[in-house]
Amino acid sequence: MVDEAVSRRQLRQQQRRRLIIEGVAIAVIGIFLMAVVPSLLPAFRLKLLGRFLSLAIVALGIDLIWGYTGLLSLGHGIFFALGGYSFAMHLKLQIPEGQLPDFFTLYGVDQLPFFWYPYYSFPLTLILLVLVPALVAGILGYLVFRNRIKGVYFSILTQAALIVFFNFFNGQQKLINGTNGLKTDTAELFGQVVSSPRMQWQFYQITVVAVIVVYLLCRWLTSGRFGRLLVAIRDDENRVRFSGYNPTWFKLVVFSVSGGIAGVAGALYTVQSGIITPAFMQVPFSIEMVIWVAVGGRGTLVGPIIGAVLVRFAQTLLSERFPEFWLFFQGALFLLVVTALPKGLMGLGELPWLQGLFSRPSLDRAVSYPRLAVDPDIQQERERLGDTSSEL
Amino acid sequence: MQNHILEIDNLTVSFDGFKALNNLNFTMNTGELRVIIGPNGAGKTTFLDVITGKVQPTEGTVRFKGRNLRNISEHHISRLGIGRKFQTPRVYLNLSVRDNLDLAWVRRKNVFATLLTSPKKGDRRTVTGLLETVGLTAKADLKAALLSHGEKQRLEIGMLVAQSPELLLVDEPVAGLTDEETENVGNLLLSLAEHHSIIVIEHDMEFVRQIARQVTVLHQGSVLCEGSMNQVQNDPRVIEVYLGKAPSVSAEQLLILRIAAAMAWADGNFAPEQMQVILTRLSKQFASDPEQQAELKTELQNYLSQEIALEALIPELSSESDRLQVLKLSYEIIRSNTINEYENRVYQKLLSLLDLPEHQVKSIEAEIEAGFSSLSLDDYLQQ
Repeated sequence: MVDEAVSRRQLRQQQRRRLIIEGVAIAVIGIFLMAVVPSLLPAFRLKLLGRFLSLAIVALGIDLIWGYTGLLSLGHGIFFALGGYSFAMHLKLQIPEGQLPDFFTLYGVDQLPFFWYPYYSFPLTLILLVLVPALVAGILGYLVFRNRIKGVYFSILTQAALIVFFNFFNGQQKLINGTNGLKTDTAELFGQVVSSPRMQWQFYQITVVAVIVVYLLCRWLTSGRFGRLLVAIRDDENRVRFSGYNPTWFKLVVFSVSGGIAGVAGALYTVQSGIITPAFMQVPFSIEMVIWVAVGGRGTLVGPIIGAVLVRFAQTLLSERFPEFWLFFQGALFLLVVTALPKGLMGLGELPWLQGLFSRPSLDRAVSYPRLAVDPDIQQERERLGDTSSEL
Repeated sequence: MQNHILEIDNLTVSFDGFKALNNLNFTMNTGELRVIIGPNGAGKTTFLDVITGKVQPTEGTVRFKGRNLRNISEHHISRLGIGRKFQTPRVYLNLSVRDNLDLAWVRRKNVFATLLTSPKKGDRRTVTGLLETVGLTAKADLKAALLSHGEKQRLEIGMLVAQSPELLLVDEPVAGLTDEETENVGNLLLSLAEHHSIIVIEHDMEFVRQIARQVTVLHQGSVLCEGSMNQVQNDPRVIEVYLGKAPSVSAEQLLILRIAAAMAWADGNFAPEQMQVILTRLSKQFASDPEQQAELKTELQNYLSQEIALEALIPELSSESDRLQVLKLSYEIIRSNTINEYENRVYQKLLSLLDLPEHQVKSIEAEIEAGFSSLSLDDYLQQ
C-alpha cells in the first residue's frame, strides 16, 4: 500500500511536469506563429499558412471522432462548408440597407430568403457558424447512432449525406447562388475590405488563436473520464453498453462537437481564400481531411495539426512545379501511411529501425513481447527478494 | 415471491423460425449461485442475451426483481443491477487496468457527469480495493492489452463487481485458463456469491463441480432438468444429451453402479486391471447377452471414471433391495483383493450410511465369503 502511494505520487508529479512542458510548448509555438512568422514570410505565403492552419482545425475535429472514438466520417465537408457559408452570408449582407446581395438580382429574387435574416447580426453569425454544423451533425448522428450503424456503414452514410448536401447547395441558385458559391473578397467587415492585407493579417492571428483554443478543447475532452470512455467505445462498444453507459449519446456529442469545430475551420478558411462554393462538399475534399489525420497520426492531437499543414504545404510546392502530379503523390502518401506507418508521423519514434538509429543498442531491449524484464509482477518479486543484479 | 430475483415464464426466442429458446421457465432465488450447463447450441448464450436486453423475447416474460425487462435497453438493464461477463474477455484494451475499473465503477453514467467529474480520492480507494480483489495491483497502470488471457478474465470480473450488480451473469469464465487460474476464478466467484446472485454458464465439468450448488441443464432451448450436481449427473436424460445415447441401465441401477465405483476408488488406488475386473463383473450383473455386456462395459467406463463422495450418493437410494444390492456389490469389490485399513474404514462408513439390519449384513457377507473361499482369484476372474 505504501509503495503504491509513493508510485502514485511519482506518477502524478510526472503528469504535472508533462502538463507544464506542454503548456510552455503551446505558448512558445503560439507566440512564434503570431509574432515571428508574419515578419518572416511574404504576405502570400502567410495567407497560405493561415489557410492550412484553419484546415488543421477541421483535422482536429476529425481526429476526435475517428482517432479517439473510432468512427470514420467521410462527410466533414458538410460541416466545413456550413461554417463557411454562415460566415460568407454575413459578409454578403454588409451592404446598404434595403439592398440585396448582388447575385439575387440575376435570378430575379426580390425578397431575401428567410434563413438569411439571422446573419445580419455579427454575434449571431459567430454563434450560428458553430451551431448550424453542430446541429446538422447532431441530427445526422442521432439517426445513425440510435440505429447502431457502425464501422464502414457509418462511413458510407456520411459520404451519402455529403453528396445530398452537395447537390442541394449546387442546385439552389435562388437561395445561396448555387454552384457559383459566395465570394467574400470584396465584402467589407467593420469598414475594411476582407481581402485587404491588414484584414488578412488579423484573420491569420485569429486562426492561430482558434487552433490553440480548439486544441485545448480537444485536449480537455480527451483527457478525463469522457476521453477514456471514447477510447472504450472504440475498443468495445458492447462492453460499454453492458457497463451501463449509453454509447449513442456519447457518440452524438462527439460528432456534434466535431461538426462545430469543422464549422469554425470552414469560416476561417473561407475568409482567407475569398470564396465558398459547394465544391467544398465534394467527396475528394472530405477524404483529403481524413488523409491529413492519418498522415499526422490519429489518436494524438498534435498529429492532425502537423499532418494538415505538412500535406497542404507539400501539395502547394509540388503542384507549383508539377501541376498534374499531386494526386498521385497524395494517393502514394496515403498508401505509405496505411501500410508502413499506421500511427502516422507521430508513430515515427516507435519504429524499431529508427529507434536503433537514435539510441545505443542495449540488452534490455524488448526481445519478446511483452518483455519479461519489465513485467511489474516480476519487478515486485525481485524487489522483495532484494535482487539488485541486472545480468538478465 | 419477493425472494425471486429472476423469474422467466414461457420464454421463446426465435430467429427466423429457429427457436433458440423454446418455452423456457426458470426462477432463481436472491443470493443463489446457479450453474447452467448444456451441450453446444442449447441456447445458453441466448438465455443471457435475453436477460441483458441484447435480444428481445419473441414470447414470454423475463422479470428481474418483479420488473418486466421487455423493451428496456441494455444500459438501463445494467443500471438496474444486472452485470454480464462475456465468453471471451471483453475489456478496454487501450486503457489502463485502473481506468477500466474506474469506468465500470462510476455511478453516474450520463454524458455530462462523465465529462465534468474526475476520479475523487474515494473513487481511487475503491478502485484500489477492487484491484486487490482481482489480484492485479501490480499491473494497475499497464494497458489492458498487455495482460494475459487469465488476467483479462479476472479484470472483466472485477469490472462486473465494480458495477456492484445484484445479479451477475458469467459466461464461461474459465474457458482457456490453466488449472491454477481456473481455481482462482472459482474461488473468486464463490466469494462473490456471498453477496451477489450469480448465474454461471460453463462447459468445464470439473469447474462446475467446484462451484455448483444448483445446476440447471438446458437442451434445445428448454430446461431439461434442475437439481444438485449429483442428481443432474445421474439423470439418464442428461447423460443422453451429453453422450448422444441413452444409458441402457435405469437411473437406480446407475446410482448403484456409481456407489460401487466409489468403493473401488476407496483406497485411492484403482489399477486399470482391477477396473477391468470390476467392469466385467458389473456388466454381467446388469446385462444378459455378451454383446450387451461389452457395450455396457464401455458405457460404464464413461460414467465411473470420476470419484464422488458416498455421502452424496447413498441418500438417493430409495428401496431396501437397492441398498442390499449396493452392499453386496461393494463387499464383493473390496473383498476382490485383501481388505486394507483404509478400505475397511470406507466400508464401515458405507454400512452406517446404508443403515441395514445387522443380520442381513452378516448373511450377505457370509454368502460372498463362501463364494470366495471356494475359488481362487484366477477362478474368480474367469467366472
